[in-house]
Amino acid sequence: MKTPTLQALGFRTVSLVGHLGCIVVFIGEVVTYAVRRPFRARRLVNEVFDVGVLSLAIVCLSGATVGAVLGLQGYNTLSRFGAEGSLGAVVGLSLVRELGPVLTALLVTGRAGSAMAAEIASMVTTQQLDGLRMMSINPVDFVVTPKALAMLIAMPMLNALFIVFALFGGYLVGVVLLGVDSGVYVASLEHAITFEDDVAGTLLKSGIFGALVGCIATYRGYISEPTSAGVSAATTGTVVTASVAVLLADYVITALWGV
Amino acid sequence: MQASPKRDLTVGLFVMLGLAAIGYLSIQVGGVTYSGPGGLTIYATFDEVGGLKPRAPVAVAGVSVGQVKRIELDSDLRARVTLDLDPNLELSADTSASIRTSGLLGDQFVALEPGSEDEILRPGEEIAYTESALLLERLIGRFVHDSGVRTD
Repeated sequence: MKTPTLQALGFRTVSLVGHLGCIVVFIGEVVTYAVRRPFRARRLVNEVFDVGVLSLAIVCLSGATVGAVLGLQGYNTLSRFGAEGSLGAVVGLSLVRELGPVLTALLVTGRAGSAMAAEIASMVTTQQLDGLRMMSINPVDFVVTPKALAMLIAMPMLNALFIVFALFGGYLVGVVLLGVDSGVYVASLEHAITFEDDVAGTLLKSGIFGALVGCIATYRGYISEPTSAGVSAATTGTVVTASVAVLLADYVITALWGV
Repeated sequence: MQASPKRDLTVGLFVMLGLAAIGYLSIQVGGVTYSGPGGLTIYATFDEVGGLKPRAPVAVAGVSVGQVKRIELDSDLRARVTLDLDPNLELSADTSASIRTSGLLGDQFVALEPGSEDEILRPGEEIAYTESALLLERLIGRFVHDSGVRTD
């Protein structure tokens, strides 16, 4: 080996391109199985339970806390200008446009995405996916697609719940604790937020984030090394990759559609 | 994994809760600025609309009765505003329209003031008496300019 550095570079480049190809084929397969019969409704319901119902508590609790903090911070800043009346608008807009979808996606990545990747990775390690293949069942069809689809379905709902709880938390701090007029809070909130610009945007964002996190988590599990180190690498890789992907996608969506 | 009615029920509950939250955000919080019936189209032409935007509310005596549908430039370079109003509204033919601001820094809206004529405005008709948006910058500019002249 005369030029190991160059060789390594070339190897890395080739494997990166190969990975990208794998991802595209993988996503294509997931989409195909998602729209093609048989629809594995039973498995989908179970996965929605794992992703949605089990994440519900942490999402609602975080939502209420974030809303309460926003209310407190917003009040302190706004009261300098005597603009406490705009507290509802400040809390509502920042939640609906940015914090809701992004924080929900990050929470769900940590709570459900990592578990998803670990589950698939340990199925790889214990050769359960090979077992499925032997019975001529495609593991992408049977294991991966319901998981990715569950993420896509649950994310917008968790996002909406996060925002509702956060608005409630903001209301609690702003109105009950700090004494902003309740009618003023609600009116400025409802006046500032429109369906076309804000609510549709938050649903679009969380839908895209759900698809992203679902695909990344299942892909990282699917390609993991069949060792115990492979399982932990898949879990860590999912959290890192999915979080970065969500934040990058958030910027791109905001720049493209201004939501 | 086998069928489990309890799990199905919780998932169903979760989905219903999620949809309820989405519905609440869309309808209550995101609420279309005016939810009453639209359909009566009236036009008003202004010299200056300032920061008026489509979907801004239209109010009679402070009560929202419709919204701004479209703002465009007409052939004599004035702003032609299309108003979408409650069809049950009976506005007299000499109604006047003015662009006001809610609060000092608030959003702009169209205020209608009914006149005294017995005849009412028909769909597609034009409001004859309009008052343009009050531009704070222009007002301040004029004030500064005027006071400068006086001190000379």
